[in-house]
Amino acid sequence: MKNEADVVVIGGGINGCAIAYELAKRGKDIIVVERKWLAYGATGRCGAGIRQQWATKENAMLAKKSVEIFEGLSEELGYDIGLRQGGYLIAIHDEEGMKQAKKNVEMQRSIGLPVRIIGEDEIKEIAPILSPEGMEAIAATFCPTDGHANPFKTTYAYAMAAKKLGAEIYKFTEVKDIKVEEGKVKKVITNRGEIKTKYVVNAAGAWSREIGKMVGLEMPNKPVRKEAMVTEPLKRMFDCMVISFKHGIYFSQQDEGQILGGIPSPEEKVGYHTEPTFSFLKHMAHMLGKYAPSLKHVSILRQWTGFYDVTPDALPILGETSIEGFIQCNGFSGHGFMIAPMTARLLAQLICGEKIDMDISRLNMDRFKGEITEEKAVVG
Amino acid sequence: MKIVCRCEDISEEDIVKAIDEYGCETLAELKQLLRLGMGHCQGRTCLILAAKILARKTGKSIQEIMPSFRPPVVPVDIGLIGGENEE
Ligand SMILES: Cc1cc2nc3c(=O)[nH]c(=O)nc-3n(C[C@H](O)[C@H](O)[C@H](O)COP(=O)(O)OP(=O)(O)OC[C@H]3O[C@@H](n4cnc5c(N)ncnc54)[C@H](O)[C@@H]3O)c2cc1C
Ligand code: FES
Repeated sequence: MKNEADVVVIGGGINGCAIAYELAKRGKDIIVVERKWLAYGATGRCGAGIRQQWATKENAMLAKKSVEIFEGLSEELGYDIGLRQGGYLIAIHDEEGMKQAKKNVEMQRSIGLPVRIIGEDEIKEIAPILSPEGMEAIAATFCPTDGHANPFKTTYAYAMAAKKLGAEIYKFTEVKDIKVEEGKVKKVITNRGEIKTKYVVNAAGAWSREIGKMVGLEMPNKPVRKEAMVTEPLKRMFDCMVISFKHGIYFSQQDEGQILGGIPSPEEKVGYHTEPTFSFLKHMAHMLGKYAPSLKHVSILRQWTGFYDVTPDALPILGETSIEGFIQCNGFSGHGFMIAPMTARLLAQLICGEKIDMDISRLNMDRFKGEITEEKAVVG
Repeated sequence: MKIVCRCEDISEEDIVKAIDEYGCETLAELKQLLRLGMGHCQGRTCLILAAKILARKTGKSIQEIMPSFRPPVVPVDIGLIGGENEE
């Protein structure tokens, strides 16, 4: 194990691996430390949906720029990431929802997204298995360039490309402490040795707040257990992700044909709880049967849990902190996969002192001292 | 070519490649990368075969290479659990 690096990245999820790649591309000497294996955290348990239809401009822009990167990523990294752009169909249930949808669509179109509002007939055209009646939907918004990528393939693609550029990735290596002197990052202490460095990127997902404590930062992030399930594989029936902010449900058909989805579980808990619940399965099956009645005879193969790393405004925490060299990259709630490509690029630009493509200063941790603008368009 | 996982059509070569090229050391990583054991039988036949390959390539013991199971262990119908399929 090397004992010195320009930047130590904590966490081998999509964000840690993407940042490692962007930094290695810029000639930096990088070490990624991961307590378990790549994609062990939320990344390996997520829906990996890619949505640009957000209510806040920050999220919509981050997602849009990320889609532009995703579109060329298999080629750039030299490994297939399993990108599929089948769109996101977001149910609108009532007049109130329609008002919010119109506002969102206006903002989204103003930044160049091809989003539109569609009626019940078009819902059935796009995804014939859907029942607008069962969904209690009067309309939907649809953005055809939204989609999905394989979370494992994408993470490994970034990691392998970073390695080829000289980055070191240490699995089964846990960060135990971080030494700070005179307000500056000096050293990362792991169970396998110490690494001298000036920069640490905190991309430890739901465990980021524990890493924050190591440098004396109190972070507002909360780990929230989320559940997901997958069915047996079926012949291809629809290409889009279906979601509803009101019901909190999301589901799509994966490349291999299985239906993967989630919904907030009735027993949702804050804290590091990993046990799956039957009440989730029951609730999910019930709602899925309403949204797509023909799925009632389909078997569920697996269910599992993962953590959302939730901030008070459901926006990520990105950038510098009061500790020199300690860079935040966490608090992604339920959407840290889809914005990772752009987030990684911006943070790499920040660390390398380059001109930054997009102003992310509002996503700094300092914002929690003042008034909070919350992202309302969240599911799962 | 020897097939290890029939449900997901994964050969011994695929597994060896994942170990050599991607540095996989655990069944969890093989599951993620190849969909090993993710098929209808939930890995009942293939995981032990894959564990043997891992043991041979990494020098770990079979006991160290333990699978993780995600319920339900037996596939169940959505309509049955959702409560709208009572007959
Ligand atoms: C059920 C579910 C569905 C989701 N669906 C979507 C979706 O459709 N689209 C989307 O964009 N997002 C989705 N998300 C959110 C998304 O998964 C996360 O935001 C994203 O994967 C976060 O990636 P990350 O790399 O920041 O963190 P993680 O993937 O959580 O990685 C953090 C890593 O840090 C490691 N680590 C922690 N502590 C230490 C330590 N002390 N030392 C070393 N390593 C450490 C962990 O082992 C872990 O591997 C979903 C999440 C869940 C749970
Ligand atoms: S043989 Fe591998 S999942 Fe069935």
